[in-house]
Amino acid sequence: MAETTVSSKTVKFIVTRQDKPDAKSYTEEFEVPYRPGMNVISALMEIQRNPKNANGQSTSPVCWESNCLEEVCGACSMVINGKPRQACSALVDKLEQPVRIAPMSTFPVVRDLVIDRSRMFNALKKVKAWIPIDGTYDLGPGPRMAESKRQWAYELSKCMTCGVCLEACPNVNEKTSFIGPAPISQVRLFNAHPTGEMNKDERLDALMEEGGIEGCGNSQNCVRSCPKGIPLTTSIAEMNKATTKHMFKKWLGV
Amino acid sequence: MKGTSFYSRKLHSLLGIIPLGLFILEHMLTNYSAFEGGKEGFNSSVKFLNDLPLVTFLEIFGIFLPLLYHGVYGLYIAYQARNNVSNYSYGRNIMFMLQRVTGVITFIFVVWHLYTTRFQVTLGNLTHEELGQHMNDILSQPVYFIIYVIGVVAAVFHFSNGLWSFLVSWGITVGPRAQRVSSYICMGVFVLVSLLFILSLVAFTGSEFEAAGLVNLATGMING
Ligand code: SF4
Ligand code: FES
Repeated sequence: MAETTVSSKTVKFIVTRQDKPDAKSYTEEFEVPYRPGMNVISALMEIQRNPKNANGQSTSPVCWESNCLEEVCGACSMVINGKPRQACSALVDKLEQPVRIAPMSTFPVVRDLVIDRSRMFNALKKVKAWIPIDGTYDLGPGPRMAESKRQWAYELSKCMTCGVCLEACPNVNEKTSFIGPAPISQVRLFNAHPTGEMNKDERLDALMEEGGIEGCGNSQNCVRSCPKGIPLTTSIAEMNKATTKHMFKKWLGV
Repeated sequence: MKGTSFYSRKLHSLLGIIPLGLFILEHMLTNYSAFEGGKEGFNSSVKFLNDLPLVTFLEIFGIFLPLLYHGVYGLYIAYQARNNVSNYSYGRNIMFMLQRVTGVITFIFVVWHLYTTRFQVTLGNLTHEELGQHMNDILSQPVYFIIYVIGVVAAVFHFSNGLWSFLVSWGITVGPRAQRVSSYICMGVFVLVSLLFILSLVAFTGSEFEAAGLVNLATGMING
């Protein structure tokens, strides 16, 4: 502790803040004492401990969300130096300074860096991103999945609904109802599952509804941005193929 | 409108290739006959097209209506995008933006081009035989020549890159390697077709088309 107080080195943060969901946003600057290995969350904790802006005026502490602190829950996603990413894995040593922090504006801002990602959870409900196994009796073990399939499906299952891919997508905005890349990839995941496959058509139907897969304009920002390295554009193209086939099957089958 | 935009977007994508993409290629070949076969070559190509059976039907259902749908719906798609190239300056994102920009340029160019050529024929101000000379009149003016080059290159880019997205949107190129290879092919198409179009634009500025114009003008004057 003594060392850190002696050290006069500080890191400047420029934070985009907003007091209420419908309030105007503004920026506030903070000088946070440097500590080796610090990340954006630990800097925000420091601001919370000592809520003074760079001019030395006391201010309200900056609000943010975080949970796992190891890049698996997605709660701490925010725009750091122009790119959406997880604050807990954003090491200050690797960031250009001053560090600019803003909420992911694709989502409604609740306060400061706290955003409301409900639309993503609604999208998961819409595409039925689950496997229905509830019944009145034990259904027994389901069919097994081939190891070769499990390997790529596992990659898709790493999605933490963080919202980074929606933030990066030029077609997810207030002018469209596009659900974004993440739920489309989840349809691929659940349709690949031997039990999930039994409800495959329902999920494809959901992707063909308003705001579904047709909203993709192939900018491919999502696949470049996903912190989990999920092959989103492959999933989307795979679902393009599946929905196209499904469309013809529906036309020719009735 | 619920549940319909999947189909309207699919139709938009399809019409961009069939018939519109095919029409661009056909148009390129017809124009190119001006480069290869001069005035005679061009006129015989125009005559060949006009001698096609059901030519008016083909023009309306094969070109005009698809163009109208693809153009108007495309403007709406372009309006919906929130371009973010400054933050995400990735190759494909730049192409995404260019696809929308060239779409709008193409739309404006095609409306003007149709008005000054095909529509004038409809109005009776121009005959099919005079088209070559008419193009010579337009393209001899440097400003119009530049506008034509911009319009044509934008249209061909929009078609070539649109072909790439078509292959993705219909689930034909799925993996990253397939999409990369198809992007090379589509850019090859862009370079080749643009080049052939520009060569024909240059051909139209040739004295051959102009001389014919002067003769026409002269006979016109004598007759008048
Ligand atoms: S696909 Fe990747 S970027 Fe998108 S929500 Fe899931 S983890 Fe986040
Ligand atoms: S806190 Fe869970 S991803 Fe950062």
